[in-house]
Amino acid sequence: MSILVNKNSRVMTQGITGNTGQFHTRASREYANGRACYVAGVNPKRAGESFEGIPIFASVRDAKSQTGASVSVIYVPPAGAAGAIWEAVEADLDLVICITEGIPVRDMIELRDRMKKGKRRTLLLGPNCPGVITPDELKIGIMPGHIHRKGRVGVVSRSGTLTYEAVGQLTELGIGQSTAVGIGGDPVNGLKHLDVLRLFNEDPDTDAVIMIGEIGGSDEEAAAQWVKKNMKKPLAGFIAGVTAPPGKRMGHAGAIISGGKGTAQEKLEVMAACGIKVTRNPAEMGRTLKSILR
Amino acid sequence: MKIHEYQGKEILRKFGVPTPRGMACFSVEEAVDAAKQLGGSVWVVKAQIHAGGRGKGGGVKLAKSLHEVKQHASKILGMQLITHQTGPEGQKVRRLLVEEGADIKQELYVGMVLDRVTQRIVLMASSEGGMDIEEVAANTPHKIHKVLVDPEAGLVDREAEDLSRKIGVADSALQQSTVLLQALYRCYWESDASLAEINPLILTGQNQVLALDAKLNFDDNALFRHPEIAALRDLDEEDPLEIEASKHELSYISLDGNIGCMVNGAGLAMATMDTIKLFGGSPANFLDVGGGATAERVTAAFKIMLSNPKLKAILVNIFGGIMKCDTIASGVVAAAREVKLSVPLVVRMKGTNEDLGKKILRDSGLPIISADNMAQAAQRVVAAVKKKKVKKKPVKKKTKSRKK
Repeated sequence: MSILVNKNSRVMTQGITGNTGQFHTRASREYANGRACYVAGVNPKRAGESFEGIPIFASVRDAKSQTGASVSVIYVPPAGAAGAIWEAVEADLDLVICITEGIPVRDMIELRDRMKKGKRRTLLLGPNCPGVITPDELKIGIMPGHIHRKGRVGVVSRSGTLTYEAVGQLTELGIGQSTAVGIGGDPVNGLKHLDVLRLFNEDPDTDAVIMIGEIGGSDEEAAAQWVKKNMKKPLAGFIAGVTAPPGKRMGHAGAIISGGKGTAQEKLEVMAACGIKVTRNPAEMGRTLKSILR
Repeated sequence: MKIHEYQGKEILRKFGVPTPRGMACFSVEEAVDAAKQLGGSVWVVKAQIHAGGRGKGGGVKLAKSLHEVKQHASKILGMQLITHQTGPEGQKVRRLLVEEGADIKQELYVGMVLDRVTQRIVLMASSEGGMDIEEVAANTPHKIHKVLVDPEAGLVDREAEDLSRKIGVADSALQQSTVLLQALYRCYWESDASLAEINPLILTGQNQVLALDAKLNFDDNALFRHPEIAALRDLDEEDPLEIEASKHELSYISLDGNIGCMVNGAGLAMATMDTIKLFGGSPANFLDVGGGATAERVTAAFKIMLSNPKLKAILVNIFGGIMKCDTIASGVVAAAREVKLSVPLVVRMKGTNEDLGKKILRDSGLPIISADNMAQAAQRVVAAVKKKKVKKKPVKKKTKSRKK
């Protein structure tokens, strides 16, 4: 097993006619069971056409009803991305993964409000995230598939290449991954560290988890408090940005220390106090995880 | 994006938030003219820079005659204003705001930001206006009152009125204060702000509610919807290197150290800076080259890093995913040649086409120091910086050690 996605997932791409959507749909399809898993694309103006054999539908609802796809990955440009997510939520999909970077915060606030008030069951991963991969089964997103290896360690992180770094270290040590999840670097997003940890906690095929965070917000602290009370599995952690100055946005819209809150130091301390084995050296993420394997 | 106070007040007025009357001025003559036009007998001359803490730094002065307006304007215009937000070198004042003086009876605080936990805008208000709100939050948190605004309903009458009451607005001014808070929220929401702060919000002797200051920041990702706000960008207030970087779609931030870093991805870039620090070095910048770094972009990145006089070495850390290591290696080699690189360069590459990339670096004939992992890269770049300093020692010693 794994979390969120596996070889039985059926996936549609929203934004399949754009360059990015095509490039990554192609690459994802070539990974493991991708060929069987990617079954549909969505573009209201191109319904009836196809992309390299993947049929394109006018709407998410059509794509779902005709192919059975229940997961969507979104590469739609920022201005229309929140609308694309809402379309997938309204079609009652299981999971929506939004890769798009640069969505206005206001759009995300409205979207999340509608999702919560409507008690929608659809899970949202992202936006501005690398996606999710269950090694040797299915890759949804922009991560390089070849650095992963099937195994029993869960990975959850806010950033892209830093996640690859952690995965690369694990693979080099011979430690495979059950699922690697990138929750994204935006201030308003869907699944948070805590939500993903909850899923890993329940997954019989995950033995331990590495959680990677960065400056800004308080998601990591909230997750750590939850871990202290509920997590049955060992956890390793790292937070990027010990050297980041306050008030400066470090690339990600959500990575900013403001009002003295959200420092890496504070997060690392809370995590350590909650029983998470933390490292301050990102080159040691893999070895730190290895040291806690039971 | 940040804007000036006078621009913020113009936007606020459009949404119905009352402010004192004032005029933006770019010269001493304009300042005196503005005071004449505004009339009255008391004016405030305010330095317009993006950083906060202007009053304490001597950038806000009260004038009781046109002569004093002239005096203050001459002194403030062109000064290097140093505040807790500008850094030790300060920021040059190029614009002034001349405003009519206000009769301050009571000073309040109002601010708005995103609350990430509830994913709503939080309106914060306090009776302790005019003070550093972070201090108020730390020392007397019970004096800060909050409303989490429902994005569908907006800030409703009852919420705005309750909040006004809690911060000590008199009954006679409640109506005005309620209207002002609602206008401020609408301004924040409709113009895609990321921060709105009025400190102080005042009650005048005539029981009028006025925004005496205005700090508005905007969501960069939403500027495409607001060309009129995007046009307010003042490049004089930004780091020239950061401006240059943004032209090449590079995300760059100047820091205090001497080791330049070029990395793909924001998280990995921060982690790389942290590793340098961990091994005793100090990063000169944050630089994310993004997902599609071409040779041109790498060259631009190198030029930007090298224009920092403090730079002693460069560390390149790339995790090739979509971006292939050989592409980035070719870019690095081309860039190093074009800029005639004179500082040590340490490159760590991992991921797609890693071996090919390393070969390109080796075959280039350039003195590039290669590293296999982040720790090694950081250690080597820190050592390279230290070694450079040692070079100043007598030449004899150096040749000796080389022969070994």
